[in-house]
Amino acid sequence: MDRRNFLRAVALTGAAITTMKEADAMSLLTQSFETANAANYDLVAVMGGEPEAMFRKAIAEMGGMKNFISKGDKVCVKPNIGWDQPVEMAANTNPKLIAEIVKQCFDAGASEVTVFDHTCDDWRKSYSNSGIEEAAKKAGAKVVPAHQESYYKTVSLPLGKSLKNAKIHQAIVDSDKWINVPILKNHGGAQLTISMKNYMGIVWDRGYFHANDLQQCIADVCTYAKRPVLNVVDAYRLMKTSGPRGKSLSDVVLSKGLFLSQDIIAADTAATNFFNQAREMPLERVSHIAKGQELGVGTMNLEKLNIKRLRM
Amino acid sequence: MLKKTRVVLSVILFSLITFYFLDFRDLLPGNLHFLAEIQLIPALLALNIFILLFLLALTLIFGRVYCSSICPMGIYQDLLSWLSKKMIKRKKYNYSKAKTVLRWSVLAATIVSFIFGFTFLVGLLDPYGAYGRMVTHLFRPAYLAGNNLLDTIFTSFNNYTFYKVSIYSLGVFSSVTALITLVVIGYLAWKNGRTWCNTICPVGTTLGFLSKYALLKIQFIDENCNSCGLCSMKCKASCIDAKNKQIDYSRCVTCFNCIESCNRDAMNYSLIKPKKKKTRDALPAYTYLKDDKPVDESKRRFLSASLVTGLAAGSLFAQEVTHGLNMKRELKRQVPIAPPGVPSFDHLREKCISCHLCVSKCPSHVIKPAFLEYGLGGMMQPKLYFDKGFCNYDCTICGDVCPTGAILPLTKEEKNHTQMGKVQFIIENCIVYYDETSCGACSEHCPTQAVHMVPYKDSLTIPEINQEICVGCGGCEYVCPAIPFKAIYVEGLTSQNVIELEHEEVEETVIDDFGF
Repeated sequence: MDRRNFLRAVALTGAAITTMKEADAMSLLTQSFETANAANYDLVAVMGGEPEAMFRKAIAEMGGMKNFISKGDKVCVKPNIGWDQPVEMAANTNPKLIAEIVKQCFDAGASEVTVFDHTCDDWRKSYSNSGIEEAAKKAGAKVVPAHQESYYKTVSLPLGKSLKNAKIHQAIVDSDKWINVPILKNHGGAQLTISMKNYMGIVWDRGYFHANDLQQCIADVCTYAKRPVLNVVDAYRLMKTSGPRGKSLSDVVLSKGLFLSQDIIAADTAATNFFNQAREMPLERVSHIAKGQELGVGTMNLEKLNIKRLRM
Repeated sequence: MLKKTRVVLSVILFSLITFYFLDFRDLLPGNLHFLAEIQLIPALLALNIFILLFLLALTLIFGRVYCSSICPMGIYQDLLSWLSKKMIKRKKYNYSKAKTVLRWSVLAATIVSFIFGFTFLVGLLDPYGAYGRMVTHLFRPAYLAGNNLLDTIFTSFNNYTFYKVSIYSLGVFSSVTALITLVVIGYLAWKNGRTWCNTICPVGTTLGFLSKYALLKIQFIDENCNSCGLCSMKCKASCIDAKNKQIDYSRCVTCFNCIESCNRDAMNYSLIKPKKKKTRDALPAYTYLKDDKPVDESKRRFLSASLVTGLAAGSLFAQEVTHGLNMKRELKRQVPIAPPGVPSFDHLREKCISCHLCVSKCPSHVIKPAFLEYGLGGMMQPKLYFDKGFCNYDCTICGDVCPTGAILPLTKEEKNHTQMGKVQFIIENCIVYYDETSCGACSEHCPTQAVHMVPYKDSLTIPEINQEICVGCGGCEYVCPAIPFKAIYVEGLTSQNVIELEHEEVEETVIDDFGF
């Protein structure tokens, strides 16, 4: 090939890739955000089982994964993989739970499942030592990196108070559905980290959150138009102190709980009440929950919700 | 056959050690750091008797095979002279006189300065260390850029085999030093083969001296030799005086090119024969095919010019860097932070040759070469900085790979208890204090909770520090979002401490209700 041909080929390829990306962006604009609403309950709480068993129970009560994931969906499952810590430390979401969710997504017809987190510790170590990379890959998911700004796309948050826009990971922006799978932990700054705080792993610039009223920013980012179709709170182990990283096993309680809800505020309210039994944690202290309710993201009024409580 | 073996061995060892420096994904087995440990100066500094005896025996039996096959800088030069031979038709070498005085002076200066605690010169001239810097500062960025290009292509097809990595400057002084090394040694190799090894390199001088007494040597078979001079033309060490059938064994790197080139089987590699009394170099040194060239003026000029330029550039950059530091932000850290496992600055200064393997291998990107923080003798030695990340609590890689023992290997347990620095908190800069909003990013990252959050106003919590249990990992400093000045940072320690962490009993907490 002579140079001219080569250059022409390069230019054409480049142009082709650009238009491909363009097309993706367009389809995103037109996609709908409908979620299935055939769920039997607003919230399902399970206690006493293994992570994957509790999830199977809970999702069955909700009418099965088919209610939330449609055939051909590109799904993103977002665990908390923030730290280079083993599963016993309860710093990251339980890998067995992630594997089960990925599997069920595929069973429901998902065409692709991606898993990522914007980690705090070195991402390679966190992905591997949490056990999540291996478990998710085994279940067929794509585990994608999130350590570079180039993986993120800017979205606007018109409802936000302190946070008007954010750079959100393309795995979520480009997905059809996403599932939020946090672990229940104490948090030095936000008091607790559950489903809402788990959003800080989908954004690039966390420093902005910390510098501009952390609790408000957490509530603000939850107004992002593409809501998770499910929030699955892993409370199989909870970190009651020294969170979110934890320093020793004395920080961890084997609590064997799991909460499932489409309403992120309800899920976090329930999980906070659950946590409160391990260590005093009144809801007011976890102020991003109330701030989220104020923005209309969901409700803290569990009384009014149709809740299923299950023991295994 | 001999040459082939030499080339194959060299290519394998050279590729492995080079790729070991580049390999940020840990594709190679981790124990390949032995390739750095078998280098002479590292073994000497680490006082690795086993390797030293091995290298000594190797040289006393086979001659300078170390220079031919183990030293990556040697093979780098061979690569360039091979390339130059490909590019320049009819390229040939000539016998030249040994630069004995220069060689021994450089060696003496290196040893003396080392004894007086100025390890910088050893680090600068050690061929392994210098090659390590070339890879870390020059080849590695290129490798990373190539990776990023592949990532862009593959990721656009939704394939995540590759991932992006950041490429950034590791400090001007070290990078410029690496560049000068690459250019100067490369140019000399391109022109005249192993000039560097036989005029400057202190390792070359030492091993050259030893190899005079080697058991196996390349020798002329006088009956077959017609003094055609072919061997001399092929000798990249310029050490064969074909006319007199003499070989300067102190400069011969046993590359076997001469044996290969000989058409009359007039050379072999064999046990040394008892010699007739050696004639004391009375004959003028010259080869058959070319006139005398007693002094290569251009080479001499080049050498001195590059030395002067190098020094001038160094001091120029020195001025620039200090200036930049003073202007840009207040210099807050008074004492630099040494990597974990460096018992004291003195230990580091004594042992480190700045090969920058730790810089290349650190997965958290927190090690970079110092400029003047450790003083003149500590230039280019590794220090921690927290602009790109923080030191992973459980990671011990820098000590594991360090070939000289400057950074001692730590177990995970030891690392967890090693204090590299102490946290400092400036409440006036803290977001919780001046904005009265939640933050806690510092405490979030603290592995020992030396930074922990305590109740402040209303439901707010504010950081409180306990220097006694701080490991100095820099997590807090890296993540602190306060601008323009961070509210928390780590101050270095001239010698590292062992901290005591309270052992907390695991108390059984039972939750048997939903709580709502």
